[in-house]
Amino acid sequence: MKHTALKADKERVFMTGNEALAEGAIRAGCRFYFGYPITPQNEIPAYMAKRLPECGGVFIQAESELAAINMVLGASVTGARAMTSSSSPGISLKQEGISYLAGCQLPAVIANIQRGGPGLGSIDPSQGDYFQATKGGGHGDYRTIVLAPISVQEMHTFTIKAFRLADNYRIPVVILADGRLGQMMEPIYLHRGPPPPVPPKPWALTGAKGRKPNWIRSLLVAEGELEKHNYELQTCYRKIAQQETRYEEMYANDCDLLVAAWGTCARIAKGAMMAARARGLKVGLYRPITLWPFPARRLAKIASKAKAILVVEMNCGQMLEDVRMATGGAAKIFFSGYPGGKVPSESDILRVIYGVAKKTKT
Amino acid sequence: MKQNRHIIYSRPAALTGKQMHYCAGCGHSLVHKLLAEVMDELHIQNKTIGVAPVGCAVFAYYYLKCDMSEAPHGRTPAVATGIKRSRPDRIVFSYQGDGDLAAIGMAETIHTANRGENITVIFINNTVYGMTGGQMAPTTLVGQQTPTCPSGRKASTTGCPIRVCELLNTLDRPFYIERTALDGVPGIMKTKKALLTAFKSQLDGKGYSFVEILSPCPTYFRLSPDESLQFVKNELSKHFPVRVFRKEGVSIK
Repeated sequence: MKHTALKADKERVFMTGNEALAEGAIRAGCRFYFGYPITPQNEIPAYMAKRLPECGGVFIQAESELAAINMVLGASVTGARAMTSSSSPGISLKQEGISYLAGCQLPAVIANIQRGGPGLGSIDPSQGDYFQATKGGGHGDYRTIVLAPISVQEMHTFTIKAFRLADNYRIPVVILADGRLGQMMEPIYLHRGPPPPVPPKPWALTGAKGRKPNWIRSLLVAEGELEKHNYELQTCYRKIAQQETRYEEMYANDCDLLVAAWGTCARIAKGAMMAARARGLKVGLYRPITLWPFPARRLAKIASKAKAILVVEMNCGQMLEDVRMATGGAAKIFFSGYPGGKVPSESDILRVIYGVAKKTKT
Repeated sequence: MKQNRHIIYSRPAALTGKQMHYCAGCGHSLVHKLLAEVMDELHIQNKTIGVAPVGCAVFAYYYLKCDMSEAPHGRTPAVATGIKRSRPDRIVFSYQGDGDLAAIGMAETIHTANRGENITVIFINNTVYGMTGGQMAPTTLVGQQTPTCPSGRKASTTGCPIRVCELLNTLDRPFYIERTALDGVPGIMKTKKALLTAFKSQLDGKGYSFVEILSPCPTYFRLSPDESLQFVKNELSKHFPVRVFRKEGVSIK
């Protein structure tokens, strides 16, 4: 595949998160994008419609999210790197296809630039799809890797990483961002190396020339067949959990109060934490990078030392449940949620930190 | 004596030989065989990628000796689109029943045809959902009894059978559209010819080809295999005219 570089390659470029994500996909060797318009991710299909033909790729505006995810499935069965993107209501429509991708062990990248829900919700940023992304979403016993960027730079680099993970583990990978990350502009460094290497794909459908026909399927009706298949998937998921769990922490070994947040909230909480420390409060930050696999073990360890944990999310408490499960009552847990499209400010979170510090006398 | 013995027919090379799970007199087994013969005659078996539907033909890959993928119910043409766009030099077909193609997958059907994707869609119209128990399909005839229209399909509440060839023929981009009927030997031969034309046009890069095949389902017609062929001939063909609708990209009146 031809790898085309932007003119601005050697410099920092100023981009929206959505464009940075799309350019990341192109630099990861993705040449097939299928999507359907929905706010706040429309910059992704627009960017792909312009860029992909320049690189010999294919862009299709599908008739629906259902068609789009299944075009991804079609491209993926031939071994091609393919992706789709959408926002919350559209991602709900894609869940059936994601379940099939998981069942058929097909690599694919799905970007969810979250907006408010349930239902049509709003077009404002939200983190309401944590459960959907990390606990399955579609039917059946499956997992997807979920990456949560916090900056335009990470929208770019995580997309490249997503294609590598998808191919290496034959699994759909979700990039769980939100309208704020998608729409905001920041200067970033573009990926300049080659795309991640494509592993051999002897399973791909390329025409049965000189070999037996290949089948891509998830219907396994013979006795014991599905059970065996599901155990295989679980083995793969365990391997991913062992090798790919990622998190970021700051002052985690030196804090009484640990703020746990992901995505946009983690970015803002970082500032609030620094402000609190400047005023003498011993606050730390814990930020999962992979929402699945959830970095539970490290969190449990920190929780055993901290007096309290404050979870901040733009929802009514979704990662909160994973934090509770991981820490098992080791520390007192507080929650601050913003479920209505409001993005908290640094001072909003700082105020909550003061409140929790007062209550727990930290 | 030996030199006077000729092989006049053998199993197509593109058929695996596995015993089919279809009921006696079912149209699927016939169409699979025709499809295999077409792959043999056009020498495309080793570059063909098929997409199997959700329905009785979901196991088509047991019988056809080519690469095959499953697809979620109704999304078969979208999957075929993804395959063809990433491998334009391969021959791609989508094999679908009436529920898959004309109910849950109608949007994909129309838009794939409208884009003029260079694929072949094979539509088995037997007027019922065979795999789930013979329920009413979008193509069930008015008055026809099924478990979900036990006193016969009523136009006033469930509408009338959809004529898909006619619907697709309103679009500009399809290259070839034909409806045939498995109603006896001549109908079977015509169906094979239609499949040959469809695959040839794809090979020549002409664009979207669509073959609707009126097909017997003795189990849910609740008729014998022979009576089922008569039902296709006398009843189905009456509502669904058997003819070429689009040839070389031109609509046939």
